[in-house]
This record gives sequence, C-alpha cells and structure tokens, in this order.
Amino acid sequence: MTFTKRCLIALFALLLPLAASAQQQGLEIDIIGGNASALPIAVVPMPYQGSATPPQTDVAGVIRADLDRSGQFRSLPERDLVGRPTRGSEVDYPAWRALRQDFLVVGRVVDAGDGSYRVEYELFDVAKQERLLGLAMTARANAMRDVAHQIADAIYEKILGVRGAFWTRIAYVTASGTGKASRYALMVADSDGYNPQTVVRSNEPLLSPAWSPDGRKLAYVSFERGNSAIYIQDITTGGRELVSSFRGINSGPAFSPDGRKLALTLSRSGNPEIYVMDLGSKALTQITNQFGIDTSPVWSPDGASLYFTSDRGGRPQVYQAPASGGGATRITFEGAYNADPSLSFDGKKIAVAQGAGNTYRIAVLDRSLGSPRWSTLSPGSLDESPSFAPNASMILYAAREGRRGVLYAVSADGRVRQRLVLADGDVREPAWGPYRSQR
Amino acid sequence: MKTTVRVVMLSLLSVAVLAGCKSKSTKPEAPASTGPSTGAVTDTGPSTAGAFGPGDLDTDACLRQRVVYFDLDQDALRPEFQAIMGCHAKYLRDRPSSRITLEGNADERGSREYNLGLGERRGNAVSSALQANGGSAAQLTVVSYGEERPVCTDSNEECWARNRRVEIVYTAR
Repeated sequence: MTFTKRCLIALFALLLPLAASAQQQGLEIDIIGGNASALPIAVVPMPYQGSATPPQTDVAGVIRADLDRSGQFRSLPERDLVGRPTRGSEVDYPAWRALRQDFLVVGRVVDAGDGSYRVEYELFDVAKQERLLGLAMTARANAMRDVAHQIADAIYEKILGVRGAFWTRIAYVTASGTGKASRYALMVADSDGYNPQTVVRSNEPLLSPAWSPDGRKLAYVSFERGNSAIYIQDITTGGRELVSSFRGINSGPAFSPDGRKLALTLSRSGNPEIYVMDLGSKALTQITNQFGIDTSPVWSPDGASLYFTSDRGGRPQVYQAPASGGGATRITFEGAYNADPSLSFDGKKIAVAQGAGNTYRIAVLDRSLGSPRWSTLSPGSLDESPSFAPNASMILYAAREGRRGVLYAVSADGRVRQRLVLADGDVREPAWGPYRSQR
Repeated sequence: MKTTVRVVMLSLLSVAVLAGCKSKSTKPEAPASTGPSTGAVTDTGPSTAGAFGPGDLDTDACLRQRVVYFDLDQDALRPEFQAIMGCHAKYLRDRPSSRITLEGNADERGSREYNLGLGERRGNAVSSALQANGGSAAQLTVVSYGEERPVCTDSNEECWARNRRVEIVYTAR
C-alpha cells in the first residue's frame, strides 16, 4: 500500500516537468468578432457541493467558451447573471426572460467517490419554462474538461439538432528555430487548444497530419530520413510504422472512411500522382496518370471518390476521381488557385485555400443547393490548410502573422473566428479529428 | 587518423561516413587504382589537364555557384543559369564517382503539398539541364523540400524570390 503510494508519487514527480513543458507549449486563444444573431444563453457557474478537494476546472466556463466560439450562441457574461441557481427548482424564469435569455444552463458538482466527481446539469427553455435536458456525468479530476465539452455538445445538439463537436481533438505541427536549429513537433490537443500533447518530435520538417477514422492514429509526412516519407503512428502507444518511402515525393496521406486504405501522393514514376494503398497488404493502386502535379487527396464520405489538387489545367484546381481509378472531373472553376481540399461530413461543402495574386483565403464551395455557391471565410493573406470539424460547424486553418504561423477556427458562417497562437514559434498544418466515442 | 582528416575535409557527415567505410575495405589494397575514393588527403591536383578535381569545387568561380533561382510558379531554367549547368555537368563527367543531390524549394505561398510538387519540378528541371550538358542520371538525385526549408522568412517578393530555388549539393566529390 505505502509502496504503491510511493511509486505513484515518484511517477507523479517524474511526470510533473513533462506536464509543465506541455503547458508552455499550449495554444493561447482569442475570440475575434461576434455574432449578433447568435442565440442568447446563460450558463450559471456550477459550484462544488462535495466535501473533498474542489475540481480545478470551471465547468460552466468551458461550456460557455465552447458555445461562444461555435458562432451559434452568445453566452451571458458571468457578471450579468441575475441569480446563481444550481437546480431547476431555484430558477426565477421572469428574471432570465427580462435579460432576454433564450436558454439557461444550471448545475452542480458533487463527489462520486474514489476521487471522482459527478456533474449534474439541466438545460431550460426560458420562454417555455421547460426543461430540455437533465443529465449527470461522472469523471475523474483530470477529465473534467472532457466532461464540460461533452455537456456543451449535448446542449448544442438539443437546441440546434446537430451533433456537437466540442469534445474532439485537433492535430497540428509546431516549428521553432531556423536553419540547423529548426525543431518540429506533431501535436494533439483538445479542440479548444487545451491539453496539448506531443506525438512526435523531429529536427526535420513534419507535415500533413491525417486522422484515422477511429481517432487512434495519425498518418503524417516526415523528412527525418532526408526525403519525405509517410508514417502511421498510434497516438496512445506511440508505436509507429513507416508505410511509404519511395523515391521522390511521399506526401498527402488520407485515411479512407473505413480506415482500411490510405490515399497518398507519390512521384516515384517521376511525376506526383495520386495512389491508394491497402493498409493490410500495402498494395498500391494508381489513381491518376497525368502530366501535372496531382496531390492532397481526400475521400468522399462514402469512400467512393477522391478529391485532390491538380494543375493539369495550368493552375491548381480541385478535381474528383473514382477511388478505384478512372477519369477525373474538375470541381472548382472560380478563382485562379484552389488547393488543399477538405470535405464536410455530408460531402456537400468543400473548403479550399483559394489564391488570387499574393492573397490566399479559405473559401467554401457549397453544393447543397441547386447551383454551387462560394463563400469566403477568412480575410487572408496567406491562409491555407482548411480542415472541417466533424459536424462541419467550424473550419480550422493556418494563417501567417508576421513571421509566424497561427491557427484559426472559424464558424461555418464566417462570423466568429478564434485564434490559436503558440507563445513562441510557429503553428501550422491543422487537422480536426473525428468524433470521440463515449467512455 | 586518416579517417579523421577526411572527416574534416568532407564537410558532409554522410559522405564522411561513407568514405570511412570505404577506406576500411579498399585502402590497404591499391591506393593508385581508385583515384577519387582513396587518395583523399593529397588529391588536390587534377590528373588530366583541363579536368576538374575536388579542390575546384571550393575555388572555381563557376562551380562555387550552387543555387539556381526560379520565377514565380515556374520551373523553367533562366538563361543566366546555363553557364552553371555547363560547369557542374563537366564536373560530373570529369569525376564519374561524384554525386549531386538537387534540393528543390518553393516559396511559402499556397498549399504546402502542392509546393512539394513545385520544388520537385524545379529539381527535375536542373537535373535535365545537367544531363543535357553531359551529366549522368545515375549521378543525380532530386529531393523536394517544398516550402519547408526557407532561407528567408519575410512575406515579401524579395524573400520569396530567394526561396524559389534549387540547391546543388555534392554528396560525393
């Protein structure tokens, strides 16, 4: 017993500096812009009503921040709260209605034994004086942010009828130093930039992280062997496999929706072409065979086709081809430069880096209506690498500010942008991970 | 000890390792028969009049130029770089054991993955030009770093022009 405890303390002491350095690597977050038409919601602080150590996480604060950055909600600032109810019976509806709040969230944190906490919360429709949700979630102290994100997801889904994507993770690459002193790291963090963890470090460039559909693995490109090569790494165990290191370019990995195949770009024939690798047998199927650069493949949600960048027409544009091979069809016609496609979960929206002169912006081609419609989501000027959230409510992308790279998460309507900045160094190559499954 | 001298001589670590391995197997046998890989310490003078030797890489005004620059979105070799192609191709002909890696690069604008393709195209353009001037394909390797290895990190045309380049790197002299 004492031995175990001592071991645990020793382990904790060992891990502490790691945790500290990981924290320093954390992304700072600013919210830019607002949305006047967003739904007003009051999220009341959820006090700890147990008898042990209170949790570190401000659950209501995390929920509020999540809902705000979606662009769909406008939360009431904590100082404007007219009461601090923790359960339905304590709610004074007229007071909240007077503050023009459509929705109200209340809750409390209690002990669940064994060092765990239970968050009990309720969601109310203020006008109807009706309870929409009344749920409880239990977690250990270190998972309280996860719980808060899951509560935000439940609220989002209950009100909007769309699954929330706050309890998800993002991958990105950080870079620091120049020349021989350059250092790169592939990172994974919560969707709000918290809880960053290093997946792999390298002295050579890393790029193009891509999530497996189950969220357990990342495929990425590393130059650690001198040339580009593609690895697949298990995030939890750290175990990794070199899957492609042919002569020439090895880039742009993308897992198929069933996770059994990997689309990629290889120039082993002398020219960059799209291939599909069967991850079981490692057998390759060549999809394109065209003079011109074909790269950055992504899968349609049904796995039947691939979208990719090609300059076969002179300048880079997005094309679509059957995932089993065959002729390609051009998809983008507006704009001189369209590259880095990312597809929404329903395949109806395609986000690209759209270039004109020295300005590159994130643009979305919406094909859900009769005629395709473009909208521009970022101000420029060197924006790239768009990546849809799994519910397509937001898009993550990379931008340059001065000499460094930063990430932005922009709401699908372009009205709310959140900036994720690394304190010192460069952030780039964002990839939004899939939904996570309940524990 | 001689290996140490070589390490100093050859700045590239990989080449040094390669040479170190080679010396173990070939050195004791016939120093004179395999010129380039053995007599490293004293091998400064050319064996044939007019032929390049390794020392020329550090002294010859043409051979010392190892960077080829490109126009925006272009992989066509600009005329002013033809002279460089000529002397490096001649070096490859004069020293069949020499090897070059052509590192292709792009500026930061646009897609990183597309820029990997652009960098390779530029590397291939230099490779073709060297071969057209008599270099052998077996002596040439192209690696594209896309926009990942900038020499300049400002977002302006002057800086972008310096990053759109192919670096000629001798991996064996």
